[in-house]
Amino acid sequence: MSLAFDTEIILSSGVRLATPLAFAALGEYVAERAGCLNISVEAMMLGAAFGSIATAAATGSATAGLLAGVLIGALIAFVHAGLSHHAEINTFVVGLALNTLVLGLTSYFIATSTYVGHQVAQVRVPVLSDIPVIGAPLFVERWPVYLLLVLIPLTWWLVARSRWGLELRAVGENPAAADVTGIHVNRRRRQAMLWCGALAGLGGAHLAVGEVGSFSQNMTAGRGYIVIAAVIFGAWRLGRTLLGCALFGLADALRLALPALGVTLNSQFLAAAPYLLALVAMLAFVATSREPRALGQPFERGSG
Amino acid sequence: MSRLTLAGTCFSLAAALVLSGLLIVLTGYSPDAALRALFDGSLADGPALTSTLLYTAPLLLVALGTCVSTRAGVFNIGQEGQVLIGCFAGAWCALRLALPGVLLLVVVLLAAAAGGAFWAWLSSLMYRWRGVNIVVSTLLMVFVAQQLIAFSVGQAWFLQQSKGDKAVVAPQSNQLPLNARLPSFGEYPHVMVNLGLVLAVVLMAAVAIGLARTRWGFRLNLTGLSPAAAQHAGVRIGLVTSLALVVSGAFSGLAGALMLAGPIGTYRLQPGMSANVGWDGLLVALVARNRPWLCAPVALLFGVLRAGGGFLSATGVPFYLVDVVKSLLVLALVVPPVLASRLALPVRRSPVAVEV
Repeated sequence: MSLAFDTEIILSSGVRLATPLAFAALGEYVAERAGCLNISVEAMMLGAAFGSIATAAATGSATAGLLAGVLIGALIAFVHAGLSHHAEINTFVVGLALNTLVLGLTSYFIATSTYVGHQVAQVRVPVLSDIPVIGAPLFVERWPVYLLLVLIPLTWWLVARSRWGLELRAVGENPAAADVTGIHVNRRRRQAMLWCGALAGLGGAHLAVGEVGSFSQNMTAGRGYIVIAAVIFGAWRLGRTLLGCALFGLADALRLALPALGVTLNSQFLAAAPYLLALVAMLAFVATSREPRALGQPFERGSG
Repeated sequence: MSRLTLAGTCFSLAAALVLSGLLIVLTGYSPDAALRALFDGSLADGPALTSTLLYTAPLLLVALGTCVSTRAGVFNIGQEGQVLIGCFAGAWCALRLALPGVLLLVVVLLAAAAGGAFWAWLSSLMYRWRGVNIVVSTLLMVFVAQQLIAFSVGQAWFLQQSKGDKAVVAPQSNQLPLNARLPSFGEYPHVMVNLGLVLAVVLMAAVAIGLARTRWGFRLNLTGLSPAAAQHAGVRIGLVTSLALVVSGAFSGLAGALMLAGPIGTYRLQPGMSANVGWDGLLVALVARNRPWLCAPVALLFGVLRAGGGFLSATGVPFYLVDVVKSLLVLALVVPPVLASRLALPVRRSPVAVEV
């Protein structure tokens, strides 16, 4: 076992573990910029992971499963947005209830039936994949990974350059002012939530039909919360958020790989690292950047 | 509660139950048998009722603490972590301090409350020092707490179960000594009442009276309703909100002590021993709309589901059904009052310019 080989293995598993996080984080980033502190990412990812495997088993197509995952994520977002931005029920209550509901439903279904596993195809990029050390981790992947290359610039453009994104950010910073200028605050938030749901669903589905190929009870195991931590760690900026995902994916890979390599680094510490890093980042970066001002606050027309 | 709300609640509760029933039927089981199992496990006889009450007490404590913080306008969602730190502090004292008699139990309870309070206080500190969002920090601290427990029971020098030959050691602590365990009283037709339940009921009265009748409660409610008004009235908002968060943490920590030193578990510190009591307690408080007295029946309902869930497996229906029923019930209880208040008060929205 050479050092290069070990690095390649850890990098590979780091990329694999970071990809579902990155998909969901792109969504959560948009939602949080609109002021929705969406804690049901966990439900969206888990529901989509289950839905993708169930659909793939029914249709025999992993790609259909991936699509179903996106739809389920969006459906959960639709329910969440309807309850918290239309009925104006506390968004954290809705989020927690949805997390419990989806965990219960998926655990119930997986306990009552079995589903044949399916996995999307692997793509090997010619030439580039032959580069030593980084070749295999970056250029031999399940194909949805390459979707990230499209979704990252798209998300950046949507939030930073489009009119919709400008309004979205206004809604997240100062909903009352946005309302005065004629922006329908809660409608924008519902749209942001739907986008978040679709992407978190893609992340969950990629975890199931992309990386693992099957569904097990509570298979997201808190990844939704790590996604929230990544957005916080990234100080509500896209680049840093993705960096956070990469870092957390790598920490996870290390946690799994270190015992096999004979290195004793505390695995509980590595598991807690994403959350600790997010807290430290919030403490450190608060002077240079801050969260959207209306984050997590409900908006009701005419109340402020 | 208006008639509209009442009708809506009845309707949505029925809808939640019908949906749960449909789920059972669709997966090929009998809803009749499932309902019977839930009842047999939770209310049918003395032992069943005893186990329901055992689960009710920690849920009630977490919910009471949540009432206090939410009323002050502080949204704590880290109860699960605070419960775990309570377990941790209680277990450490019980196993490391050789105190005589009932003194040890008192110290364990106090330490657990202090542990939970400390964990919540960290979030309050981060907010006051650097303005870190409390919802976010309390949430993140849950996962840090989980890893801290896993770490502490995995180290031979810390709280791992010790064995003479140092052979195979499980990731759990030793059992608590007998004098650190909560006593149970009496056989009221076969229903055992644990000291934890008594404690929870007494504290419920204290919180209800404290919030409704004392100067502290008034300041707290005022801060929650209108921080600006409270400030003008000379209330020290920072102090009131920090204290509310710390009290909330203390209640969660105490709930942890009930899980650790009561007959629910195995009297050991184990990862995952909080068993979602923190999350559920939070939901209890929200369903009860932060009214301490209302927390009791809601906590009892959640206790029934937890205790009855254990009996479900005998009918073949997976235990996870309980999570589904529970969250549907939460939504069924939370949605109607909000919708009703919106239907009843259309005037509130009319002064805003007409939407195009």
